[in-house]
Amino acid sequence: MGPDAFEEMKSFTEELPQARALGLKVEHVEPGVAVLSMPWSAELVGDPETGVIHGGAVSTLMDTCCGGAVITHPDMLEATTATLDLRIDYMRPAQPGRTIFARAECYHVTRTVAFVRAQAWTEGDGDRPVAAATGAFTASGRRGAGQ
Amino acid sequence: MSPEPMQVVKERRDAALKALEARIPYMRFIGATMERRGDELTGLLNYAPHLIGNPQGPALHGGVTSAFLEVTALIELAWGPLWQQIETGEVTVEALRDPGFRLRMPKTIDFTTDFLRPGLPRDAYARARVNRSGRRYASVHVEAWQDNRSRLFAQATGHFLMPQDE
Repeated sequence: MGPDAFEEMKSFTEELPQARALGLKVEHVEPGVAVLSMPWSAELVGDPETGVIHGGAVSTLMDTCCGGAVITHPDMLEATTATLDLRIDYMRPAQPGRTIFARAECYHVTRTVAFVRAQAWTEGDGDRPVAAATGAFTASGRRGAGQ
Repeated sequence: MSPEPMQVVKERRDAALKALEARIPYMRFIGATMERRGDELTGLLNYAPHLIGNPQGPALHGGVTSAFLEVTALIELAWGPLWQQIETGEVTVEALRDPGFRLRMPKTIDFTTDFLRPGLPRDAYARARVNRSGRRYASVHVEAWQDNRSRLFAQATGHFLMPQDE
């Protein structure tokens, strides 16, 4: 994937209205892999006593990150996609005040479906994931898929 | 003793629901509120342009849809025990309005969302059903629709850890 494709994917993703509202940034992209970040914000808190970001905001980070991994997969370059399902496991609370990162990998693509897994962690604490996700995405209009 | 005026009962119930919503500041970020008819709750996602995830369509962001279903499930779960305490008078409006009132919320263990069709750029509704609620774990199913209750655009199942007595 060339620098142009990276820039194109980065601006497409960061310009999505909800991605802008959350301040999502594309940190890294390679074929079938995306790394995104979401800064901590008081608006996103799920529990005022702890300041921990709500799982719902993590869902959007994960869904966007997984979608990014799907659209950069080499088999998906001419295809369009949408989330079929997304499961999120919440392993521990994200640390308040810190940026959350997510890395998604599109690990298999069939003629019609792309499979993705992802992990999220807080800044400076990459060894202890706060959440994991697995998802299935549609793969429509794939070249040679004969649908 | 004459029965309590209905207005007082309603006020207490509505204050309880407001207290629950206040426990999740993120609900305001996506514009989610809860509506109540008796003990039945319906989540309401008030449409705003920043909720869009796919400009082609346009469609609601899947993450927002999932988040809306998750907060609806959380409020429904917390509402059950709180409703009991309100009806017996164990919890008062004054207590609920006190910023120091500590409401212990369930925690999400896992949450799986099925996206059945794109979310249209308009209001959405959701209703949760607690399928099992044990001392420690609960399982909740949530359905979301827009114009037509029988045409769901998303559904979800989640497991939750219930608050434990200290």
